Amino acid sequence: MRIEEMPATIVAEMVRRGDLSAVDYVSRILERAERTEDRVNAYITLLKDLALKRAEEIDRAVGRGEDPGRLAGVAVAVKDNIAVRGVENTCGSRILKGYRPPFNATVVERLLMEGAVIVGKTNMDEFAMGSTTETSAYGPTRNPWNLERVPGGSSGGSGAALAAGSATLALGSDTGGSIRCPAAYTGTYGLKPTYGAVSRYGLVPYANSLEQIGPMARNTEDLALLYSVIVGHDPRDSTSLRDSGAHLARIENVDPAKLRIGVIRELVEEPVDKRVAREVWRLLHKLESMGAEVDEVSLPLVDYALPAYYIVAMAEASSNLARYDGTRYGFRAPGATWEEMVVETRTRGFGWEVKRRIMLGSFILLAGYVEQYYVKALRVRSAVRREILSLLSRHHVLVGATMPIPAPRLGERVKDPLLLYTMDIATVPANLAGIPAVSVPAGIVDGAPVGAQFMGPPMGEPLLLGVSKLCEEATGFRDRVV
Amino acid sequence: MEAVIGLEIHVQMTSLKTKLFCRCPADYRGAPPNTHVCPVCLGLPGALPVVNREAVKKAVMLALALNCRHIAEKVVFSRKHYFYPDLPKNYQITQFKGGGGAPIAEDGYLELLQGGGVRRVRIRRINVEEDPGRLVYTEGDITSSPEVLIDYNRSGIALLEIVTEPDLRSPKEARLFLEKLRAIVEYLDIADLSLEGSMRVDANISLPGGARVEVKNIGSVKEVEKALSYEVVRQRALLSRGAAIGRETRHWDPLRGVTRPLRVKEEEEDYRYFPDPDLPPIPLPRELIDSAVAMLPELPDARMRRFVEEHGLSRELAYALAMDKRLADFYEETLKRFWAPRLVAVMLAVDYLGFLEKNRLRMGEDRLNPDLLAKLARLVEEKVITPEQGKHLLFRVAREGVDPVEIVEREGLKALRSEEELRRIVERVVEANPKAVADAARNPKAVNFLVGRVMRETRGRAEPRLVRRLVVEELRRRGVEVGE
Repeated sequence: MRIEEMPATIVAEMVRRGDLSAVDYVSRILERAERTEDRVNAYITLLKDLALKRAEEIDRAVGRGEDPGRLAGVAVAVKDNIAVRGVENTCGSRILKGYRPPFNATVVERLLMEGAVIVGKTNMDEFAMGSTTETSAYGPTRNPWNLERVPGGSSGGSGAALAAGSATLALGSDTGGSIRCPAAYTGTYGLKPTYGAVSRYGLVPYANSLEQIGPMARNTEDLALLYSVIVGHDPRDSTSLRDSGAHLARIENVDPAKLRIGVIRELVEEPVDKRVAREVWRLLHKLESMGAEVDEVSLPLVDYALPAYYIVAMAEASSNLARYDGTRYGFRAPGATWEEMVVETRTRGFGWEVKRRIMLGSFILLAGYVEQYYVKALRVRSAVRREILSLLSRHHVLVGATMPIPAPRLGERVKDPLLLYTMDIATVPANLAGIPAVSVPAGIVDGAPVGAQFMGPPMGEPLLLGVSKLCEEATGFRDRVV
Repeated sequence: MEAVIGLEIHVQMTSLKTKLFCRCPADYRGAPPNTHVCPVCLGLPGALPVVNREAVKKAVMLALALNCRHIAEKVVFSRKHYFYPDLPKNYQITQFKGGGGAPIAEDGYLELLQGGGVRRVRIRRINVEEDPGRLVYTEGDITSSPEVLIDYNRSGIALLEIVTEPDLRSPKEARLFLEKLRAIVEYLDIADLSLEGSMRVDANISLPGGARVEVKNIGSVKEVEKALSYEVVRQRALLSRGAAIGRETRHWDPLRGVTRPLRVKEEEEDYRYFPDPDLPPIPLPRELIDSAVAMLPELPDARMRRFVEEHGLSRELAYALAMDKRLADFYEETLKRFWAPRLVAVMLAVDYLGFLEKNRLRMGEDRLNPDLLAKLARLVEEKVITPEQGKHLLFRVAREGVDPVEIVEREGLKALRSEEELRRIVERVVEANPKAVADAARNPKAVNFLVGRVMRETRGRAEPRLVRRLVVEELRRRGVEVGE
């Protein structure tokens, strides 16, 4: 097995035992990045020197007989909307060019405490607004599986780094599918945790009430390992769950004969692409042959979930993004007065998709419209949650295609916002409901992977990880570096 | 012509240790600019607010003290959006009724004692919110300074916003209201409102026939009365000339003592309020409010009533003490050491406050303490020294922190009470001042002069009234009739 394909569990184990030098391994990952970045552009910032220095420290610690932790030496890619102290934090936007946070996100603190080596900050759709990683101000990321196609988004850089072998683990963030979408298109595993399970402290907000930081990996055990490190209560995040903890990262031993799977009809039928649906069904039939019970169910509110999601997300985004005005940090355009400077900075600093969402979000929150749109969207949100929880009372997990279409070609979707938004049809319900969901590789379409998404009950991560493991065994799809 | 006045008051919770949403120290005064800041109060991307529970508790206490009939079941914070450089996130975390948000308390009142009657001023609502940073103009003011510096030390300081209904009828009433509110805030240990900028007031005022005028930026209770009086005069003059008063916002300029129009906004700003998704609602269970009721201290009105009923103080004296928590505490501490309520009350509310004002000192900046005051009061009460001496000694004690008993002993300051002895001094003084004696029949000032001389001879140890009687008697004895 090539070093860049090695699972994180094995890397950490070998580094801890002194059987693998963190420096050798990290150098190899960085070389790999050097070779692939020209084509893939997974990273906005590669931290070569920092990563090597850190790897040396890990090796020295091992040499002294210390245990660097459960991620000893493991190369982790961090999405560029998560704060790493002293490292440029652009969120894929020009407006944050040059901004270096003076603090670490809680998840980053936890990574470092367990001996992880952060190799870089990954590319993303600007402020996580997009599903293709094409709205980044630092150029699009390409799908390592098929360079003509997008890696999905918005955590496309994280998915692509895993598929390209330029990272062993990756952190993404998921507001409406931003972990699961790139996981599906890059043949990786991605988990969107229960809302509140992982601290958002240090995650640059897009839509606070919807998003979570989550793990991405090339196999289920790695996914659970990374999750176990970042999960848990954080007093600095008021929305953090009190009773969350490492127990949520357990991989439940799922007996397929006792597993009841509900297939959401709306997420495997028209308008879902037939080829994608076929791959999902192929996976489900395998699970069925292992003894699982697979029934079709209906989630009629799916059609309303998408607009409700975009209303909530845009409203929150318009508020969160108000702070980028050139006064304190990041990009600043010249202006004769403060007002002029702010207008010019925002005009030049934000891309089109971001501006569109700020405009729509600002409109939604106007005194005359807030009840009509925002408050109504919150009602739909509650209804979606009720409907999903009701289905989950009869089925252990709900499944459908992660993405309704195969990975689009570059430029194919991003130009038409409505086409872009409809890509999220299957992923947003989990964010609206605050429940966990995992995307697992299901097959290959058009030379790039497609995924199946399982949703579980609140705090149902162990079950989802168990199902993910079953899928992995069923498909044999793991540790794929292209 | 009665005015209609409503107030919007911002009170900094200066008694809190930390800011409203982060652990930065709340005491920012005097700190170098931008040193009491962190990612949260600088609004850095990804930093998250965590509510200071103590601030919520204090707000509930105030709501109870202001008789609020409606206290929120859940504390919800909303975002208020506007672009301004002192606002690091370009939104302020505050409270707002609508979109799922609500003020922490509504529908209260505060009673004012006015001319024997009671006036009830309704409180519309109380909000908890964060203070913005502070803009520093390097030259001149907002309109003229070529550059502006921003100090975010104040950013995130916990504020209470108290909004009244337009129930006040005169600038004086506005002042009385604020004095009482200030006393309550201090009794609840929410803030020390003697700190610069800790209480800021916006006032709405209209006269019959005129529209509502908002006056912003009033920095103290006294200034409120001045600003509103200015407005009454200005508006009355306009109305009497038949001029119209339109709705506008004016700025109080304390240096020139005038209000000036602010730039008129063309349309009402839309703040796009919505509940802050980073701050889940905090439940305020009934039991918690009940326990807060139990924790409420004695409030100024009750204390004043006690001073009148149990200490036999006049209402004025009781009011003067009770409206100033530190003074009232000082008073009661002194009484614990020596029980002479009326004497101590006068010494504090009249002599001591007079001393502070004359010397431009604030309480605590002098050296008087309850021990020393009790000793002093005992000297007066037991007639060792005269009240007049007591007053002078109080000034000295306050200045020097000396023990009054020792001074009286050492400097032989015991009161001269023997008429015999005094009469001899009076005779001597009258003898020595024939001119004053000659003038005394026509000019009462000459009598004062003689009294003054005797007082000087006795080094102030005599009772002035007794001295006067003896002087008059002595003059009469010499055939000089003096009108009493």
